[in-house]
Amino acid sequence: MTTVEQRPRPRQVNRRPNGRGVRGWFGRQPRPVRAAVVLVALAVAYALPYVGSVPGIGPQIETQGIDWPSALFNMSYYVLLALGLNVVVGFAGLLDLGYVGFFAVGAYTVALLTSPDSDLKTHWPWLLSIPVAIAVAMLSGLILGWPTLRLRGDYLAIVTLGFAEIIRIFADSNTHLRGDRGFGGLPHPPGKYSDGTPIFGVRDATPYFWLGLSVIVVVILGIRNLDRSRVGRSWLAIREDEEAAAIMGVRTVKYKLWAFAIGACVGGLGGVMFAGQNGFMNSATFVLQFSILILAGVVMGGSGNIAGAILGGALISYIPDRLRGQQIGNLDAYEYRFLLFGLAIILIMIFRPQGLIPSRRRAMELKDRAKEVAPQ
Amino acid sequence: MSEPHIETPAWEDDAARHPMDEPVVTDGWDETAPADTSGGTPHRPAPDGQGLLEVDDLSLRFGGVLALDRVSFSLHEGEIFGLIGPNGAGKTTCFNAMTGVYRATGGEIRFRGKPLTGLKKHEITQLGIARTFQNIRLFPEMTALENVMVGADSRHHTSVLGALFRLPRHWREEREGREKSMELLRFAGIEHRAGDVARNLSYGEQRRLEIARALATAPSLLCLDEPAAGFNPAEKDSLLKLIRSIRERGVTILLIEHDMRLVMGVCDRIVVLEFGRKISEGVPSAVRDDPKVIAAYLGVPADAA
Repeated sequence: MTTVEQRPRPRQVNRRPNGRGVRGWFGRQPRPVRAAVVLVALAVAYALPYVGSVPGIGPQIETQGIDWPSALFNMSYYVLLALGLNVVVGFAGLLDLGYVGFFAVGAYTVALLTSPDSDLKTHWPWLLSIPVAIAVAMLSGLILGWPTLRLRGDYLAIVTLGFAEIIRIFADSNTHLRGDRGFGGLPHPPGKYSDGTPIFGVRDATPYFWLGLSVIVVVILGIRNLDRSRVGRSWLAIREDEEAAAIMGVRTVKYKLWAFAIGACVGGLGGVMFAGQNGFMNSATFVLQFSILILAGVVMGGSGNIAGAILGGALISYIPDRLRGQQIGNLDAYEYRFLLFGLAIILIMIFRPQGLIPSRRRAMELKDRAKEVAPQ
Repeated sequence: MSEPHIETPAWEDDAARHPMDEPVVTDGWDETAPADTSGGTPHRPAPDGQGLLEVDDLSLRFGGVLALDRVSFSLHEGEIFGLIGPNGAGKTTCFNAMTGVYRATGGEIRFRGKPLTGLKKHEITQLGIARTFQNIRLFPEMTALENVMVGADSRHHTSVLGALFRLPRHWREEREGREKSMELLRFAGIEHRAGDVARNLSYGEQRRLEIARALATAPSLLCLDEPAAGFNPAEKDSLLKLIRSIRERGVTILLIEHDMRLVMGVCDRIVVLEFGRKISEGVPSAVRDDPKVIAAYLGVPADAA
């Protein structure tokens, strides 16, 4: 027996497709099957605006109080925000309660550069403002990250809370940012149909949803690449034990700042999408509730896990929208949406404390624990 | 929980040694000789290597407590050096000062002649100092393999852009890091746990994983903080072998340990601390017979004063 033959194929050891359920099955499939499953899921996602034409369950899924494509678009930027926040909270373990601040920075940058109401009078098209908005959002991420490098847990949460409030109050009181008068006439994304009508109009939100979905796909690919690399490992190590990570050679300052910057970048992108669809925004858009809601989505879905963030982000947008215009007895369900929502979160946390889709590692841990408990 | 299979750890079985391993340093020291743990003569004289680590008049003060009081010693390349002393003597404090956790109040630590003063923790790691912790500090939710790969990453250069766009360097470093980490897990005898989260490893496996993780940073000096704490005699014996085979890989070892049998059996030289002061230094047999050391450990009889 030679020593070379003893060496296992390292890739196989790491993958460990041992889970039960859908993900366990998915992990065991060969690559082409997995690719096919992903493609089918993507096709289904892109076809969501037409779910109403599916007989039976279709009409049950659609929202009533708000038109379905708009609800879908709302979901898309919530998902985007949840994905970004998941990098900061889920991967790097930095509790950020002021995530809406980055959303605001992205949206305001777009508004300032594109709106006719802006004092800058630049009248840029929407597309051109995107790189600037992302850069400014990332910069704001670094500005928040730098002074908070020494903070963790609740202390960090309070500082980030303050950050979001500073942005909101600044937007409220600064004359150039126009407070609650806001910015109108924000340009939509470019593109025309062959008959000359714009693709991204005000009537139908479907194209915006498709655009949002496409952005999400790109963001997922990027975050996934980071997660499965030295960067992701460094973030996890920092989350688990920052000092031990530093002693093992992880450049903690660098990677914490990157987590903030990447989270801010995705959050800013959410703001860009929001501004591009809505055409109007003011300081009332960026309330604290929004940050809490996104965080609730990430935790509910399964912190530290991309699939969980997607599901959580979609749910926090879908549940209230679905309740809109619903009557329970003679009560308007939408009025009680936060109550019902809170109830849903409590139930999820009781029955699935790791979130709806626990991260791979945690699932593995729970499985192993079950194995220990089981009689031999 | 029953173990499905326990492979012979690589360091107990020379045949399992992989060609990728670093060359075995054989300098006349007979490894196959039965381990003399009686604490008699040292296994070999202190090598005349160059000074790897010099601790020079190191002092560390916490408020009114002087945790280290002008401690000096120096480590030679390739030796196993013991740092012992009663509880609270300042051994771990000394480690923490070396690895950048604490900043020395006075004195200096030099590594290969370079002062460590003011260096960040990861910079010290990059110079070639690695450590384990007295209370195990793994990354509990990461798999054993990932834990070791974090250590291996300290020698890599891929950053956010490289990982984001999957540049060739990312693939190369991922592959190298994975292979190196698997090799170290095998070396530490816990290869079969590579895919398990660190939290689920047994206590002994966790201690070994910490050593593998520290070795992954490619250190020239490995500081082990009470690696045998909580081990039974059989585990201690196998740890002893592991420590020796680490030295064979060309790594100098600084060992904090309470277990005298282990310390006397494996160390080339020993420094004894008490209340932050160095009270003795030398080969194990000399240190063991030093009245000051005996007094520190057993107390001085009242009539001896």
